[in-house]
This record gives sequence, C-alpha cells and structure tokens, in this order.
Amino acid sequence: MATDSFAPLLHAYFDNELDLVRSLELEEHLKTCPDCAQEIWTQQTLRQGLRSANLYHRAPAGLEARIRAGLPRENKVVEMPRRNLWNWVAVAAAILVALALTWRMMPSFLGHTGSDLLAQEVVASHIRSLQPGHLLDVESTDQHTVKPWFDGKIDFSPPVKDFAEDGFPLIGGRLDYIDHRPAAALVYQRHKHFINVYVWPESEAKESRARLESSEGYNIAFWERGGMYFCAVSDLNTGELQQFAQLLQH
Amino acid sequence: MPGVGNAGRFEQIVLPHLDAAYNLARWLVRNQQDAQDIVQESYLRAFKFFSGFQGGDPRAWLLKIVRNTSYSFLEKNRPASLAEEFDEKIHATETGGPDAEAEMVRGVESRMLQEALDAMPVNFREILILRELEGLSYKEIAEVVNVPMGTVMSSLARGRERLREILLRAREKEGLRGH
Repeated sequence: MATDSFAPLLHAYFDNELDLVRSLELEEHLKTCPDCAQEIWTQQTLRQGLRSANLYHRAPAGLEARIRAGLPRENKVVEMPRRNLWNWVAVAAAILVALALTWRMMPSFLGHTGSDLLAQEVVASHIRSLQPGHLLDVESTDQHTVKPWFDGKIDFSPPVKDFAEDGFPLIGGRLDYIDHRPAAALVYQRHKHFINVYVWPESEAKESRARLESSEGYNIAFWERGGMYFCAVSDLNTGELQQFAQLLQH
Repeated sequence: MPGVGNAGRFEQIVLPHLDAAYNLARWLVRNQQDAQDIVQESYLRAFKFFSGFQGGDPRAWLLKIVRNTSYSFLEKNRPASLAEEFDEKIHATETGGPDAEAEMVRGVESRMLQEALDAMPVNFREILILRELEGLSYKEIAEVVNVPMGTVMSSLARGRERLREILLRAREKEGLRGH
C-alpha cells in the first residue's frame, strides 16, 4: 500500500494530471519508496486489464437510426433573390437539355429521377402520412374494397393484395403524389410499424428485383414490375422490409 | 438565419459520440434495453439544449446529459442502487505484500473485472468508466459528474483501491475453490 500522504497524488501522477514541478517531486519520491513504486505498477497492470477486457459497450446496431428518426425535422426554406431568377432559369433550362440528351442512356427510373432524391421524396411523404389523419383515405383490410376505391381517381389500377397471413396485413390506401404525378399509396402494417407502398405507372419500367436504400433512418425498397414502379418505405428493419418486398413481387 | 442547419450541425457534432453515450448509460443502469431508451431520450434532450451549447467538448457535454438522464431513471426505478455506500471496514484486507498483490491483479479475468465493476457503488463506478474506458481527463470528468477536480482525484484513488480489493477477494475465493 502506498505511503498515505502521497496516495491521491500518486493517482494524479499515474493519470498524467500533475503539473511538471510536482511530477518531478513525485518521481524523486518513487526512487526511494518501493511501496509507492509498486503501487504504480499495480495500477498499470489493472489499467491494462480493464482496457483489454472488452468492457466497453458499443451502441447496438439500429440505435443510431432510431435516434435520427426520432429527432425533429426542420423545414428548410430556400429564398431566391428576384434579380437572380433569370440566371437560375437559364441554368435550369441547360440542365433540362442535358437531362433530355442523356435520357435514353439511363437504364432505369432510378437513373432519371436520381434515386437519392426519390428516396428523400418518398421518406418525406411517408413521414407526412404518419401525421394524425393523413394515413388513410380508404380504411379496409379487404383488398376487394381497396382496389376499386382507386377507380376513377387515378388512370391506372394498382395491384392490391393482403398479406395478413404472412404478418403484413393490408390496412387501407390513399391517394398521393410522387415524382410529379399521382400515385397510389397502399398501407400495410407490421406489428407497430407502418409500411407505405407507392405505386405508379411508367412507360420505361422494366422488370427488376427490389433494391434497398435508406434515408434519414427509414428503409426503402424499389422495384419495377408490369409497367409500374413500386416503392415500399418504412422504419422496419431491412430484413423484414425485404421479406415484404418479396411477397409483393410474387 | 437562426435555426437553419441546426439539425445537420447537431448530427455532425453530437451523433459521433453515440458509443460513449451508450457505454456510460449501459454501465450506469446495467441493462441493455434501458440503456438504449436512456440514450435516445438523452439525444432528444441534447437536441433541445443544443442551441445553448457554447462549443467546448461535445462528448463531455453529451455525457453529462446521459448521466443526468440515467440518474433520473435510477431514482425513479431503482432508488436502492443509488443508496449503496462503501463499506469502509473492508479496507482491513491482508494481502500478503505488494508483490503478491500485483501478481494477483495481473491474472484477473475479464469476467471478474466485469463483476467487480458491477459491484461498485454507482458514483465510483461511473468515475472509473469515464477515466479507464472513455479516457476522459479529470477536468472532463469533473464537468460530466459536476464535482470539483479534487473530488475526481480522491474518488478515483478510493475507487481504484476498492476495485482492487474486490478483485483480490474474488481471486482468493477462486483459489480456494481450485484446491
């Protein structure tokens, strides 16, 4: 055991918290006091043990996404000075021309919309839908009620199927607006999580398997089938969302 | 424009310290699920107070919030765990000389360290975690725990002493069982 009057100082020395003068004094003392020298050695051994023993608990996977999803979002307003407006119109026109020229080279809708932008748009729409009273225009677990509800409201007929037996019950539908056009939103539930499936027709759609992305803590699956684009978004984990996307693709 | 970009700045400055936040909460409440809830609540609080964050060390700032949230949780759900005191009588341990002591401390397994830390009173446990696992300086620990630096120094000395005693006892018991 260390000499009593030196005990707390010994720890400060060990932790590199002593000023230079007192450090030198303590080092002098250590030369003549085997007990204190031994104490430093014991502490060093203990520290090595603590640091090599896997005692540090890292945050579990998913916690960061949970935190991000829970943080309040802010609405960013971009104000554009009037006198610069025509410059921006010129830039926008140039971008449109460039887009038109490269249109045919893009292999899929993800190319022409920019998958990140689309992901952000569907996530924003998903969050908006979860605000009170926004989720459902038609509330029904019956696919034969939900599907005809869209008749006359949009110019296409989205495939509607209930997957209650697989643990993903249909709870209704809603009219929404994605990628500058009306889209059907089908709403499913998985335990306490909601899944929005956005469907809209696209002449360039090919058959493709689901691609997973994530944005702002939400997971998104995109795929193309039968001349339509599908986009499922939820705070479900990727595994369950993928399982759900596979059900819809069959 | 006040407020604009605040969320982005918060994510850049405070989110990288998620592991530190979780590690502290996990050691304070000793339960995975409670620690996750506490960390999430702490981040919400931190976000709310973020406009008042004047720079300085964001990790210590966040850990202070995590600590306060953890203590509120313990007060509400497990008040007994806050009432633990050092049993000062335990100091009379006979160890068989400093050499033998160092030798015993060296052979300690990580399970024993885990149990020994868990057995410490929470106010000493947190200072050891912040110093040894998180590597905080005395000044940063003083900020997180809200005590003077001198108290950090004496608490560390006492906490380490106690940790060593618990370990030596555990080793002695193992030794008895082994023979």
